[in-house]
Amino acid sequence: MRSEKPVATLKSEARDGLKDFLPLMLPVLAFGMMFGAASVAAGYSIGVSLWSSIAIFAGASQFVFLEVNRLGVPAWSVVLAVFAVNFRHILYSAAIGNKIGHFSFLQKFWEFFLLTDLQFANTENRHEKSGGNVPVSAAYYFGFGIASYVLWVVATFIGAVSGSFISDPASIGLDFVLPIYFLSILMGFRRRSNFILTVLVSASVAVLVSNTLGAPWHISLGALAGIGASIVATLLQRPDLPTEKVTALPLDLDVTGQRDE
Amino acid sequence: MSDLAALYAQYEVPALLAILGFVTFMTRTGGYLVLARFKQIPAWVQAGLEAVPAAVITTLVVPPAIAAGPAEMISLIVAGLACFRLQPILVILLGLVTLVALRNMGL
Repeated sequence: MRSEKPVATLKSEARDGLKDFLPLMLPVLAFGMMFGAASVAAGYSIGVSLWSSIAIFAGASQFVFLEVNRLGVPAWSVVLAVFAVNFRHILYSAAIGNKIGHFSFLQKFWEFFLLTDLQFANTENRHEKSGGNVPVSAAYYFGFGIASYVLWVVATFIGAVSGSFISDPASIGLDFVLPIYFLSILMGFRRRSNFILTVLVSASVAVLVSNTLGAPWHISLGALAGIGASIVATLLQRPDLPTEKVTALPLDLDVTGQRDE
Repeated sequence: MSDLAALYAQYEVPALLAILGFVTFMTRTGGYLVLARFKQIPAWVQAGLEAVPAAVITTLVVPPAIAAGPAEMISLIVAGLACFRLQPILVILLGLVTLVALRNMGL
């Protein structure tokens, strides 16, 4: 089932990628601006806030940096927290690596740099629509990816500049935007198996540790406890340990709310 | 020496952000380079991998929520319930509006 369009050219593929990004412009703009404003409210300069979006290009990681670095903890724990929150990207790249076309090694490198939640969902969708045997073209992938990258950086700039005019960030709730943001991300995982158990165990251990050992240990120990609980529950439910295909991975999180339902 | 210390202080955050960018990039390539080599993975490993993000994010939400006041707590509950109906960006805006309203009411 090839698409019934005429011959796809480099230009038409890139245009398709760009076109598929259009409906997502508003949420990307809103999240980027929110990050810029939150970053400035947390005390970082406009330049540093912009650099975060340029270097990382991952909303959740950038918000995690704001939250964890605020605690005044060693750099390794900030790195660990960002790595763990980004864990889903490992699953994305495993699932998508062979579904995207590329001309050179360097191009593949940039394709992976642009592999956001949105890019993953959109590429999977494109691949599915084309019948599943044709790789998504690099031109399409970059059309979508570069548009989202540029808008993310521009939106961060707009948010950071507007944020720098707000004298009291608490007056519009910016001092508490991080927990609300993280809660919305967390709820995106609610359909995963053992979700409630994982959350309850992580929360209890995190609160216990933050009142005893203190930061940053509540993050790593709390998370490990939740992961361990999910593993134990799975072993108890399915003692025969069936194996699952690596490519059949759940997609339930997406920064702009395009959920797989 | 103090010049060096000042230089370090000036670039500490940008350098950390560059490292975080690299870590993010590693996760975006890692699955293709490592995980995709395994055709199948055991169910318990899969369960562990799937639990990672929810487990970490929980530790970022709950302690600050407990430490905060009633206005913050109520706005979190409102946002949490809204997740069943609204897109994330609207959830966050609703949470912020609720928080500001409650604070202005003196909570």
